Amino acid sequence: MSVETPRTSEEPAGTQEMAAPAATAGSGPSALSRFLGGSATRNLGLVIALVILCVVGLATAGERFGSFDNALTILRLAAVVGVVSVGMTFVICGGGIDLSVGAIVALSSVWATTLATQTMAEDIHWIVMVLTALLVGGACGLVNGLLVAYGKVAPFIATLAMLASARGLAELIAQRRTQIVRDRSFIDFFGGSVIGIPVLVIIFAIVAALGWVLLNRTTFGRRTLAIGGNPEAARLAGIKVERQTAYLYVLLGLACGLAAVMLMARTTTGTSTHGQLLELDTIAAAVIGGTLLSGGRGTIVGTVLGVLIFTTLTNVFTLNNVDTSTQNVAKGVIIVAAVLLQQRLAARRRST
Amino acid sequence: MIRRTISRPVRAAAALGVVALVAAGCTSNTPEAADTTSSDSQRAGSSNDDPGDKVTIGFSGPAADHGWLGAINSAAQAEAKKFSDVEFKAAEGTNDASQQIAQVETFINDKVDAIVLLPTDGAALTEVATKAMNAGIIVVNVDREFSTPFAARTTILGDNYGMGVSAGTYACKLVKDKNLTNPVIAEIAGIDALPLTQDRSKGFADALKGCNQTVDNRVAAEFTVESGEKVASNLLQAAPKIDIIWNHDDDQGVGVMAAFDNAKRNEFAFIGGAGSANAMRWIKEGKMEATVLYPPTQAADGVRLARLLAQDKSMSDLVQVAVPRRIVLDAPVVTKDNVEEYLPLGFES
Repeated sequence: MSVETPRTSEEPAGTQEMAAPAATAGSGPSALSRFLGGSATRNLGLVIALVILCVVGLATAGERFGSFDNALTILRLAAVVGVVSVGMTFVICGGGIDLSVGAIVALSSVWATTLATQTMAEDIHWIVMVLTALLVGGACGLVNGLLVAYGKVAPFIATLAMLASARGLAELIAQRRTQIVRDRSFIDFFGGSVIGIPVLVIIFAIVAALGWVLLNRTTFGRRTLAIGGNPEAARLAGIKVERQTAYLYVLLGLACGLAAVMLMARTTTGTSTHGQLLELDTIAAAVIGGTLLSGGRGTIVGTVLGVLIFTTLTNVFTLNNVDTSTQNVAKGVIIVAAVLLQQRLAARRRST
Repeated sequence: MIRRTISRPVRAAAALGVVALVAAGCTSNTPEAADTTSSDSQRAGSSNDDPGDKVTIGFSGPAADHGWLGAINSAAQAEAKKFSDVEFKAAEGTNDASQQIAQVETFINDKVDAIVLLPTDGAALTEVATKAMNAGIIVVNVDREFSTPFAARTTILGDNYGMGVSAGTYACKLVKDKNLTNPVIAEIAGIDALPLTQDRSKGFADALKGCNQTVDNRVAAEFTVESGEKVASNLLQAAPKIDIIWNHDDDQGVGVMAAFDNAKRNEFAFIGGAGSANAMRWIKEGKMEATVLYPPTQAADGVRLARLLAQDKSMSDLVQVAVPRRIVLDAPVVTKDNVEEYLPLGFES
């Protein structure tokens, strides 16, 4: 309750369209202080967990963990999950959930690598493949959004249906084969790097930054938190709750399309097996990052930290040659530990 | 009170079920015994492919979400089509053990002559396969073994342990040929929880022992391209220099190869597993050292054997009257030297 009280007072402010640009314009120092003050409290636990992980990594694997190359490997692996997690944060903040992200990624990757799409891409430009993936992802998101917002189907069910049918459609289109991306320039572009930083990581950074601005600095973001926190109050405050909800799913769909492109570049393939269990990874990352599953609260920084913790964990384990079963046990323990730590810190900060 | 009223009908039903099972068992054995005596005339070697009694064969396997499994299914279909005397009923592939149990139960109700079963999980399907056997239906177990020998008339398996041995032996040969001292050997396994993965790894380790080597780095993927890329990326970080890598599965191998390319690493000899068409093309191009075959034609062989069993014929190249109980297929190594010969067997993934 104590968490939600200040939010309700924010809602009317969010609905005043004029307030948003003004706030964005003069947000230089206040953004930083808010970043450190507001979300950092909640995220401190995560940062500590990540630091501990890095210390363990350095202590056990030394230079192999600490090298610049390894850092890039971790970031590159985090990028795909990260992009979808940012989108997932929006949907969960808005009081929804999307179980179909993995299936949408699979369908987008398959659709964008069919013979027809690839032939067209060869004739025009590989951007055709990117647009196809985004279009398919966005369309799936739109269907989810319409079903949830206007069809009044529970998000869990609507997206569960999409999970099944999107992966099924992907299998039908690909005939359960792995479709190889033939366009070298596509792979060279997304697989390459700019001043030493992989393009995939740059995309992740841009998406995270845009997500942060969108959630914290725009009316869109405030509306999202408002409809997730208290949809009835949001409606009374004049927010078109249905439309906003639909937008959120489309946004996540687009993120899935982008993730599909990134996955295509990384694996050089499009296949119906892409994105398996991605929904769990992304929801876990968002929740560990402090996003409230019931909606109304969430931070992009937390989500990004959540993704990084998972990826770093796997990396440290692999460097130490730990077998998969042990990894899974440790992962479970660390997830709970991170959340507990985070709650303790948040509670202490609130009481002082 | 309430508990008693419920338990009585349950107990009655259970008793009835047992009676029914026993009864089914009794009736089912009679025709089988009768047929065996009359089958001697059909034992002649090459006439096996000639049309015989009409037989209905049910086929159930895991969802073909994987190139190798796709090849398994299509090869089984194709084989069944070759015989005019076979009516082939293929159930929709599923990865859900309880759904597959339901499919087998449907086959039992339909009174098919034989069931070719590639279980999602051998142990989980043992019970229902035993039920089918008791109902007088010939069960041919493919690839993933049941937990009891009574659940199948014949079991046909790829050799997972042998696959590991073949890969390990080949790795040892490389160590010797290249004169490597203290080589770094890495292994990229498939789904670690599956017995087949454990068998492959054990075979690999055992063969490596033969040349005093061990696996230095081991990671496990999930048979998908994405997971292959993921674990291989981390593996390359874990070991700055690798001499030999064995990857259990060529489907995930596409991702593994992508990870190699992304990291611009190719200092090692890359050995694959399963034998996809992609892998064979890489071998031809010199991007891959070798791959260990795991035949995708097992279910097709299963269909053939089921037909023979249902028609009471035997295998033409054996003196033995009956079809063997257990057949383990070979796991040969495909290299640049013999790739042309194996290319037709390579499955598109």
